Amino acid sequence: MPIEPTIKSRPVYGTLSPQPGTDHLFIADAEGAEAILDLAKSAPPGFFDAAEIVFIPRASGDGYLAALHALKPARFYEGPSIGAALPRLKQTFATAHMGLRLYLSGTEGLIGQAMQAALDAGIDHSSIQTEHRGSLARRVQCVHCKGVTEDVTTQPVTCSHCGLLLLVRDHYSRRLAAFQGVCINAEDQSEKVPVEEVFR
Amino acid sequence: MGIQFRTETFRDDFTFRNSPEHIRRFPFPFHEDSYMYAVNIEPHVPGPKGSVLENLIDVDEHYVSEMADRALVLAEDPLRCQSLPHMTLAGWDLLELLMTEQAKGYPEHFTLTRDGDNWHWINRPLGIDQKFVFGDLSTLPYGPMEYITRQSQGDFCILDQRDGNLWMDAGIVTTQADWSLDFDIGMNFFEWHAPVPLAHEKGVFTRALKFLLNIQQGQPARRLNWTMTINPRLDTSPENFHKWGPDRTTVTPENVGQKVHLRVELQSFWRLPRSNAMVFPIRCYLIKMDELATSKKWARRLHRVLRDLPEELATYKGLTRYRPTVVEWLAKHDDGAPTSSGFGPD
Repeated sequence: MPIEPTIKSRPVYGTLSPQPGTDHLFIADAEGAEAILDLAKSAPPGFFDAAEIVFIPRASGDGYLAALHALKPARFYEGPSIGAALPRLKQTFATAHMGLRLYLSGTEGLIGQAMQAALDAGIDHSSIQTEHRGSLARRVQCVHCKGVTEDVTTQPVTCSHCGLLLLVRDHYSRRLAAFQGVCINAEDQSEKVPVEEVFR
Repeated sequence: MGIQFRTETFRDDFTFRNSPEHIRRFPFPFHEDSYMYAVNIEPHVPGPKGSVLENLIDVDEHYVSEMADRALVLAEDPLRCQSLPHMTLAGWDLLELLMTEQAKGYPEHFTLTRDGDNWHWINRPLGIDQKFVFGDLSTLPYGPMEYITRQSQGDFCILDQRDGNLWMDAGIVTTQADWSLDFDIGMNFFEWHAPVPLAHEKGVFTRALKFLLNIQQGQPARRLNWTMTINPRLDTSPENFHKWGPDRTTVTPENVGQKVHLRVELQSFWRLPRSNAMVFPIRCYLIKMDELATSKKWARRLHRVLRDLPEELATYKGLTRYRPTVVEWLAKHDDGAPTSSGFGPD
């Protein structure tokens, strides 16, 4: 399901396509692997010879591993979460040279956090491609306690830090790589609000 | 004769109120009997003596108590004041602007003496006497933006200008109408305004940005914005929404006059000389319904504006729960007579 642009701060994503150069870094989770595999179909020969793939399988298990390995990237890293991969990614970004091309695909949480680390390292926005695939789950920052709740699929959601019931807004901060969560029943916390699964 | 500064609170026992003179100078934001968003920007030039526009940076009877409230907010939540690393020069620009304007407008309260980069700032209402070197961070107890905005009424956003856009890259925000600097810092003009309903479709922000990008040094501009606040609370931040939100359930026909406040923001826009950044002071004025109703025209007009306000705007401004009660209260002050055009009380 494509993500509809709603408000101006809400990120929109494109489709990965092979970029010129030799230095390609792919970061993907779960169904994000499909975006890499689709790109590979139109990539010139030898495209992956110097490429690195950082892949977080999550619920996809080993479903995409064989296909990704078959692309024969120069380096392949498989990790349990984007959080676990960030330290090595930060080092990669810090030592990257100008020609690095970055391809981010999968959930918004992965794209947002990888983007945040890349921009912090001074990687130019124009050398980053993104494609959303898979779950619509959101990373949400509670505006009250500032804690981040990962993989939010419901509206509203209970903050995993302070326990307030949060309305998940479309308002998004690239700097925080998170949507904003604001207490939905702040005026009267005894008010019961139905919880629906909306970000599948 | 200087300003008689009031000792009052904007939290807990809420002792804030306006003196009769300050009621008369309240910047009432409606020039006609209805309201819709518009690019209502005009040159920020001095206005009539005794008005909030007499000086381009206004200091009023609430100054000392507002600064005390700001200090409380910052002690609780330091994230209300942030500056991205490239914004320090703009902070010095702002310090110069605010010291100069306050000293010019209120010489009995503020004095700035400059000898090259050796500056001497005296703020009598707050009991501050500070010698420092302009441009030398080690000579002030805070960064330049935080130092001077702890001594200046209103919120301040400093906007970096690049790529044909304005970026919210620094600010101090403790008296806001429900938006978070901590969340919005680093965003561009369209992004931080993203949650505002209706205005994007009307092209308001595109036109406003075009205007702001062209503002020149020495030619500031201004506009008014408004909302309503229950109790005279300055810190209506989203951070603390779960603490002040319940106030909205406490409005009754008996307490409207004391509890319900019209909240007006005088927003001004200034080009800064060294950094080429823009500073965007957002000065908040509060007035109780009882105080506002001392002007028949204001009460009559506010009744009509609130009654006819589009539902999306009422929701966005958070008025939904108590609007009917306030409209009913104001209706008693509306005899149906025509209102004269313009903002003034009569």
